[in-house]
Amino acid sequence: MSKKKSIFQLLTEKPWEQDQIEADNEHQGQTVNLTKQKLGLRTLMAASTVLFSLFIVAYSDRMLVHDWRNMPEPWLLWFNTGILVISSLVFHQTTKYAKNEFFDKTKNGLYFVGFLAYSFLIGQLIVWYQLMNTGYYATSNVANAFFYLFTTIHALHIIGGIYFWGKTTSKFIKKSLKKEEINNLIDICAVYWHFLLAVWLVLFGLMLSS
Amino acid sequence: MSDEYEHKLEAKSDYAGDASSVSTPDIDAVPDAELPDQELYHSHSWWTTYVFSQDAKYIGIQYALTAIGTGLLGLVLSWLMRIQLAWPGLGWLEPSSYYQFVTMHGMIMVVYLLTALFLGGFGNLLIPLMCGARDMAFPYVNMLSYWAFVVAVVVLLASFFVPGGPTGAGWTLYPPQAITAGTPGYNGGIILMLISLILFVAGFTMGGLNYIITVLQLRARGMTLMRLPLTIWGIFTATVLAMFAFPALLVGCLMMTLDSLLGTSFFMPAMVSLGETLTHEGGSPILFQHLFWFFGHPEVYIVALPAFGIVSDLLSVHSRKTIFGYRMMVWAIVGIGALSFFVWAHHMYVSGMNPWFGFFFATTTLIIAVPTAIKVYNWILTLWRGNIVLSLPMLFSLGFIVTFLNGGLTGLFLGNVTVDVPLSDTYFVVAHFHMVMGIAPILVVFGAIYHWYPLVTGRMMNETLGKIHFWITFIGSYAIYFPMHYQGFVGVPRRYYEIYDSPYIDVSTLLLNKFITIAVLIVGAAQLLFLYNLFASARLGKKAEKNPWKANSLEWQTPQMPPEHGNWGKEPPKVYRWPYDFSVPGAKEDYIPQNQPPSEIIGAKVEKT
Repeated sequence: MSKKKSIFQLLTEKPWEQDQIEADNEHQGQTVNLTKQKLGLRTLMAASTVLFSLFIVAYSDRMLVHDWRNMPEPWLLWFNTGILVISSLVFHQTTKYAKNEFFDKTKNGLYFVGFLAYSFLIGQLIVWYQLMNTGYYATSNVANAFFYLFTTIHALHIIGGIYFWGKTTSKFIKKSLKKEEINNLIDICAVYWHFLLAVWLVLFGLMLSS
Repeated sequence: MSDEYEHKLEAKSDYAGDASSVSTPDIDAVPDAELPDQELYHSHSWWTTYVFSQDAKYIGIQYALTAIGTGLLGLVLSWLMRIQLAWPGLGWLEPSSYYQFVTMHGMIMVVYLLTALFLGGFGNLLIPLMCGARDMAFPYVNMLSYWAFVVAVVVLLASFFVPGGPTGAGWTLYPPQAITAGTPGYNGGIILMLISLILFVAGFTMGGLNYIITVLQLRARGMTLMRLPLTIWGIFTATVLAMFAFPALLVGCLMMTLDSLLGTSFFMPAMVSLGETLTHEGGSPILFQHLFWFFGHPEVYIVALPAFGIVSDLLSVHSRKTIFGYRMMVWAIVGIGALSFFVWAHHMYVSGMNPWFGFFFATTTLIIAVPTAIKVYNWILTLWRGNIVLSLPMLFSLGFIVTFLNGGLTGLFLGNVTVDVPLSDTYFVVAHFHMVMGIAPILVVFGAIYHWYPLVTGRMMNETLGKIHFWITFIGSYAIYFPMHYQGFVGVPRRYYEIYDSPYIDVSTLLLNKFITIAVLIVGAAQLLFLYNLFASARLGKKAEKNPWKANSLEWQTPQMPPEHGNWGKEPPKVYRWPYDFSVPGAKEDYIPQNQPPSEIIGAKVEKT
């Protein structure tokens, strides 16, 4: 495996020189030492970060117009945030169990994470319901519209996560994969969970502070 | 695939032990593969082989045919618009249909033809083959990507059949007019357009994920990044750009869909429409413009970078010469890609902005001309004293250089605020962007199709028909767009559906309009010739020998041509050099394929570049 190189080093190689040719012939065909799933997730998280950043830019820009009226944050949102924090912590612990091959503990951990993710979604729906009952419609002010938009996009990300969580969990229970392979998948789901927690904290913080 | 670190170390120490036991060093020796061979999905029914195929080559062809089919509609729309412009007295088109056709033509050509063809079509066909992989990293996701694209196209075309027809807001879809009464398709067509774009972005993200991971992680042994053909560099960088740029389009589309369907006010200001006060309030139309162009400008390079890459390879192969300044070409591609995110507001000089803001964007726009110019110089220096073969791909590549230079130079004019303001709503802009991102990339597309056709079908395309096609297309597009520059200078406004003889419009404009339209009809008809050639040659074409252009890159070195499922037979290739060793002194042939072991070319000495 080639040594770790910075992007600058990679781009300044001279592929036609003899020493470089000899070094290159030993190259194994991988740029970074990550599984394709891990690198794939990072790519998607990068694209997703751009998406949320642009939403935040749009929010900040739109906020400056005089018709902006702040929306109250129901206490339930704090509760949901708590659920998300706990699910992230549980997932972190689950990856450790998986590494140490505690089958039952890992299984329970995975189930619990799924339960928490569904609870979060239901919690968000209840927040929607409460807000609409108190007259905070998407049309009544753009701040509300942004709230519904952010929660929807974030929830869609969570639903995507639940899909892959489901596939991973069923593979884990069926024991259809090798140990490294299933651990790789569990790690990826965990990283995604942390990512979605971070996104939510940023979005929630933004909405709280404005 | 395992990435356990210990496993790697073990493999490495094994190899070290082997090497020390062998006494004579073999110059072909490469370390044993540390990574397992890629697992392949094998189809087992007619549906999974021919419809929901997971083979990247096949998906590439599906993408290309769907994109070209959609592009043909765009071509027909341009005919209809041009007939209206040349003979306004005929009453050929309603004003609303004219605007609808303008909009659909623009969107189809930029997104559904060029983006899909370069990244989805050539990307899928060439990335695994040129990198020496067996398939894409996630074949199933790749298949989903294609079918999301198909659904996007279907939704887009469905907008022709909804009440009110497709949207007529212009391809930039600026609110508030895009979703306000008075604009064609303001309540039906625009929604379908936005949904179609959202689907396209979703589909593209799945495809782009594949292109990035395959290029980065699944290359053949010995294939370092700096040994990749420039085609791959172009497609790869364009994909990275797209992954960062398309989210902006997605944000814009989502928020406008909500403005239109739910009545929110993200982009819609308080306004009076047809005497009625709308419920919207405080929205910011210019925010949409920023979002759109933050996508829209990188989009230009999403189309241009693969074209740059492909044309570099075509020029090198067909002039039997090393590409001049390979590293500089790579840096230019990466540099242009990075810079393309800092120039977007040069599309908005007339939208009203702080003068310093305009100054900033004019400066960045002119800076981006530097790496672009480096590329043009390097192409010309590649040709310098090359053994230029005027094959079809070469003709189209030469056509590209001239056309791109032409469009690029007018871009320098328009990049300056003071020049842009008077010209921005005239045909000068139409001429500029058609030259630079319409004709130039399309010429590369044609060159690339003539070049890689044998790889796909095992047969050559007809040379005579191809030459007729080239000359009509090349000269014809100059007949179309050169006069438009002039029209722009004399002040003919764009976006007008009829231009009559009047004190403000020169009579030469009216004549030129007729001339341009006749040229458009001829050039368009010449594309039918190309289509005939494309489909008929698959049956009737001359059988291609293996590696017909004597190229070095891996896609021509597969055991079978056309390559079979899995591309490489038993063993994936091992790569010993970059793909530009043409006319090497001392070598038997004038080319040395990337996977030819050093022992077979003893005596060949590569010149220093």
